[in-house]
Amino acid sequence: MWVEKPPEKLIDENGIRTDGRKPNELRPIKFEVGVLGNADGSAYIQQGKTIILAAVYGPREVHPRHLGLPHRAILRCRYHMAPFSVDRRKSPAPSRREMELSKVIREALEPAIFLEKYPRTAIDLFIEVLQADGGTRCASISVASLALADAGIPMRDLVAACAAGKADGRLILDLNDLEDKYGEADVPVAFMANANAVTLLQMDGVLTPSEFKRAVKMAVEGCRKIYAKQKEALKARYAMIKEELEK
Amino acid sequence: MTLHFNKRDLVTPGDLLAEGDYKAGENTYKVDDKIYATRVGLMDVRDNTVLVIALNSFYVPRVGDLVIGKVVDVSIGGWVVDIEAPYLAMLKASDVFGQSFRPYKDDLTKVFDAGDLLLAKIVAYDRTRNPLLTVREMGLGKITRGRVVKITPSKVPRLIGKKGSMISLLKRGTGCQITVGMNGLILVSGKSAENEMLCVRAIRKIERESHVSGLTDRIAEMLREAGK
Repeated sequence: MWVEKPPEKLIDENGIRTDGRKPNELRPIKFEVGVLGNADGSAYIQQGKTIILAAVYGPREVHPRHLGLPHRAILRCRYHMAPFSVDRRKSPAPSRREMELSKVIREALEPAIFLEKYPRTAIDLFIEVLQADGGTRCASISVASLALADAGIPMRDLVAACAAGKADGRLILDLNDLEDKYGEADVPVAFMANANAVTLLQMDGVLTPSEFKRAVKMAVEGCRKIYAKQKEALKARYAMIKEELEK
Repeated sequence: MTLHFNKRDLVTPGDLLAEGDYKAGENTYKVDDKIYATRVGLMDVRDNTVLVIALNSFYVPRVGDLVIGKVVDVSIGGWVVDIEAPYLAMLKASDVFGQSFRPYKDDLTKVFDAGDLLLAKIVAYDRTRNPLLTVREMGLGKITRGRVVKITPSKVPRLIGKKGSMISLLKRGTGCQITVGMNGLILVSGKSAENEMLCVRAIRKIERESHVSGLTDRIAEMLREAGK
């Protein structure tokens, strides 16, 4: 049986991480909006080696009927990892972890959407992880909020998410899979930049109170950078048509 | 009183549009004195109202709107119609048969069957119940010929143009009859398939390029090219 060997060091003597980044550096991020023709809204993210697709349908009639609420829309979220997204084949059936992440992602996005405008309806959000290399919950929140905006669903703000953590005794930003598994701590944060509000804050591992504060600050800074890229991606399609016509 | 964007600037949800004594128009919300965008679109200021013209949206029913819909179900008392909105619309059998409607005698599927396209008007809607339609007016009812195109409902005003300038340009240029549903479904019927396809292409072009100025000129140019 193939067993992954833990790396001897997560950060080398020059302060460089396993994938060549500095401690406070994000992975390269690429967003694309409107990639699926059949969805009402969709988006794609490539963050380092993590690749995720998100699709949004709705607001539409709720089925089964009894799930609908008389005073607001419901957001239904399905986070799913493709069987080929990780080294060892993952069973396609939803696991305990996937169900929990679906809930966590839903709750991170709900405050951003004007759900009360469309009572008795459902907004369905499908997140498919095509390739996982750590930070999938954060990347999922970032793409999902783009897909929602692409579907024309009214939102208070875009939600950007980013993790900070600790590996080899140092605080680092945007953990990859190795750092998440063998590092000392992981703090995912989802943040609405214009509203200046945190919608998700979790921690796994051990940090001192002062380290935790610094980690949150780092993660929020990371979120701001991702937020700028999200805005750029939303505008890109329309800016492209404009450029093409003005040539 | 400060504006953070210019007219016709592209904005995204959460963008701070204006501060001070402005009113929040469509696709915006106000917290204290600050107005933010809720959709991707073009910022606009009319009088004292800050608003966003959405580049992508969905239809929210309004009483009095003309809409195009598809019959998706026939029940005992009427038809269920998909009008491309968050809610399915109802068309009551009594609207067609009048008071003399007898559920056991009259066959609803002979009038409209599942899959039929309808031109209808919304007579009642208040969010707590699904919209109610009527076909008892001149020109309403089953669509028997033509093509239906879908555009995003927020671009319907652009398709019509100032005082109907764009739509009359299209009608003249293609010789087609155009019926615009407020839900973004548009019925095009002309003398030949070529005319209809030209009109459909022009409508798609309007939807795609509505945020770039000089649209009327480009459409006029396109129709002239095709007319040669």
